[in-house]
Amino acid sequence: MKHVDDYRDGDLARSLARLIADTVLPGRSYAFMEFCGGHTHAISRYGVEDLLPASIRLIHGPGCPVCVLPVGRLAAAIDLARMQPVTLCVYGDLMRVPTARGQSLLTAKADGADVRMVYSPLDAARVAEQNPARETVFFAIGFETTAPATAQTILYAARKGLGNFSVICNHVLTPPAIDAIMATSTDGGPPGLDGFLGPAHVATVTGITPFQSVAARHSKPVVIAGFEPLDVLQAILMLTHQINDGRAVVENQYRRAVTASGNRLAQEATAKVFALRERFDWRGLGVVANGALRLNENYDRFDAEKRFALSTPTMSDNPACACADVLRGARKPAECRLFGTVCTPETPIGSCMVSSEGACAAHWTYGRFRDPADRPRLEPAGAA
Amino acid sequence: MIVFDRKLDVARGRIDLSHGAGGRATTRLAHDIFYPAFANDLLAAGNDQAVFASPAARLAMSTDSYVVSPLFFPGGDIGALAVNGTINDLAMGGAQPLYLSASFIIEEGFPFADLRLIAESMGAAARAAGAMIVTGDTKVVERGKADGVFITTTGVGAVAPEVELSGERARPGDCVILSGGLGEHGVAVMIARQNLGFGAGIASDCAALHELTASMIAVAGPSIRLMRDPTRGGLAATLNEIAQQSQVGFKISEAEIPVKPAVAAVCELLGLDPLNVANEGKLVAIVDPVAAPALIEAMRAHPLGQDAAAIGTVIEDRHRYVQMETKFGGRRIVDWLSGEQLPRIC
Repeated sequence: MKHVDDYRDGDLARSLARLIADTVLPGRSYAFMEFCGGHTHAISRYGVEDLLPASIRLIHGPGCPVCVLPVGRLAAAIDLARMQPVTLCVYGDLMRVPTARGQSLLTAKADGADVRMVYSPLDAARVAEQNPARETVFFAIGFETTAPATAQTILYAARKGLGNFSVICNHVLTPPAIDAIMATSTDGGPPGLDGFLGPAHVATVTGITPFQSVAARHSKPVVIAGFEPLDVLQAILMLTHQINDGRAVVENQYRRAVTASGNRLAQEATAKVFALRERFDWRGLGVVANGALRLNENYDRFDAEKRFALSTPTMSDNPACACADVLRGARKPAECRLFGTVCTPETPIGSCMVSSEGACAAHWTYGRFRDPADRPRLEPAGAA
Repeated sequence: MIVFDRKLDVARGRIDLSHGAGGRATTRLAHDIFYPAFANDLLAAGNDQAVFASPAARLAMSTDSYVVSPLFFPGGDIGALAVNGTINDLAMGGAQPLYLSASFIIEEGFPFADLRLIAESMGAAARAAGAMIVTGDTKVVERGKADGVFITTTGVGAVAPEVELSGERARPGDCVILSGGLGEHGVAVMIARQNLGFGAGIASDCAALHELTASMIAVAGPSIRLMRDPTRGGLAATLNEIAQQSQVGFKISEAEIPVKPAVAAVCELLGLDPLNVANEGKLVAIVDPVAAPALIEAMRAHPLGQDAAAIGTVIEDRHRYVQMETKFGGRRIVDWLSGEQLPRIC
């Protein structure tokens, strides 16, 4: 596969690994947070850690949209699909996420709720067009990457005058999430954190400009990195160089897709339809100010939260679950005492085990052979 | 032979509830569609059972239900799948297929023309394998209570006295052999099912494997510990099952696992892992490493084993992990798939 295998080439990987090993300074350790679930998945699936020197540690970040979705919002959508005559359209990876009541979209569907998996929000709009007598609701999740597709769909619905289509908007924003991570401890974020592998697909939309202020604010280098394993290795090399040189700037490893200013059309669609949401309760990170999007006043007739007067129940996670710590990079998956015992991809307790891009699911699925049999099981920080 | 005053209007007619009621209409359906398609005297005798002499001292028996959607897909249809799938389950035990049964649950309104296509496909697959569909059943359910047609086949095959294949026989040091490229059936069905807006020229690998297994047993008989066809759940599920049954681990090499470029490309686009995608014409054999080179050579001489390759070894592992060295140079686990990747794939 041209343009795919090229970025997974074993020989190039070994060369890059040698360069990294030659670049790390003796006696210094490095800790980099990969922001996106896409990075986490690539690192685990291709065994990237096997190619890194022991002095480089990777910390999994919060960039998995399913993982950071507050479960109360999902519960509200499930209730809507159960109680009202609506068709609820969702991305497939949401189907199995359990709520605190033990329900999921999958169990709601089995109980007769009309829940459908779609690949694109436009498919949801088409469901609404084909069923004019029935309300169709799209449950929108994702970072800046998927927000434009939701925006375009709302613009499409407006053009078509679709009165039976609406959206539960859960879109979240990347730079405020990095700020929130850095605010989680008084000495500036996860212990020892040296820099970020910045989001790839988000940056194709936003460009690199929004991350320049992030790097400056926290004095941490950010390298926008693609999702292929060679991208990850190269970005780690670039971050290592920045650390060694005492620099903390934004660099773009993912030049084949990311430009300085990003995708203007996508940005315009997003700006046209959405406004900043003043408060959004991220799972794991807590309430982040201006860290999410809602429909603005011009399009709020498509806002399902208003149309159905939805209220979001507050649901706390299982107290033994360390997902909140994992999402902030404060714990490794295997350091949670639920990991692999009661919490597995078949029976997920926490959000990080549900999505294949979640740190716990990726580690369980691909990497758990690395864990020593007697690994320490720490209590989550909040439970102590 | 019962003679009816009027034949079924196969070109335009549809199944109605009377065709499952056991009366004249049921018998007419069997006479006009199933008997000609399956074409054997045991079935045409029209009894509630087929009676035959026991063909061997050791018999294998297997059953499987087929609910694939869509019913027709590139490289096959539910009929060919239902016959070949059960033949393959027999063949993995070293059996040569002899007799099959076929039960149909048909949705009211299903076109006779489609049913005949499916039946002819089943007859052709059985004849090609030297087997006969000798008994069957037809039920009809109301519209909306099934999706076109569901088929259950059961097969009986003869096993030679010296053949001993079983899931608990893998031993550390054994060689893992895969008969060819992964993922073709699952991807072909997925493309046919979803309105994905692209084709990729990928056909299902749906095929009967009993000839391939016979040639393997002829070359390496006692050295073959077990064989299994990686259908639902793909190679990943198959190796994990064997790891549990034999209480071993596996170490496989991604670079050695054949996957056609088009299949790899579609999997990439859809976010699927070819290791989890269903196959309907491939097998995994666990063999004594001494016998592996000759066995691979024999497999490659057969059209269904042309791309056969040694992909790894059985190792001792109390965790029963299937570990893989990635092409990239790292390591990872190949786990069971969680949940359902592609529902109704067979």
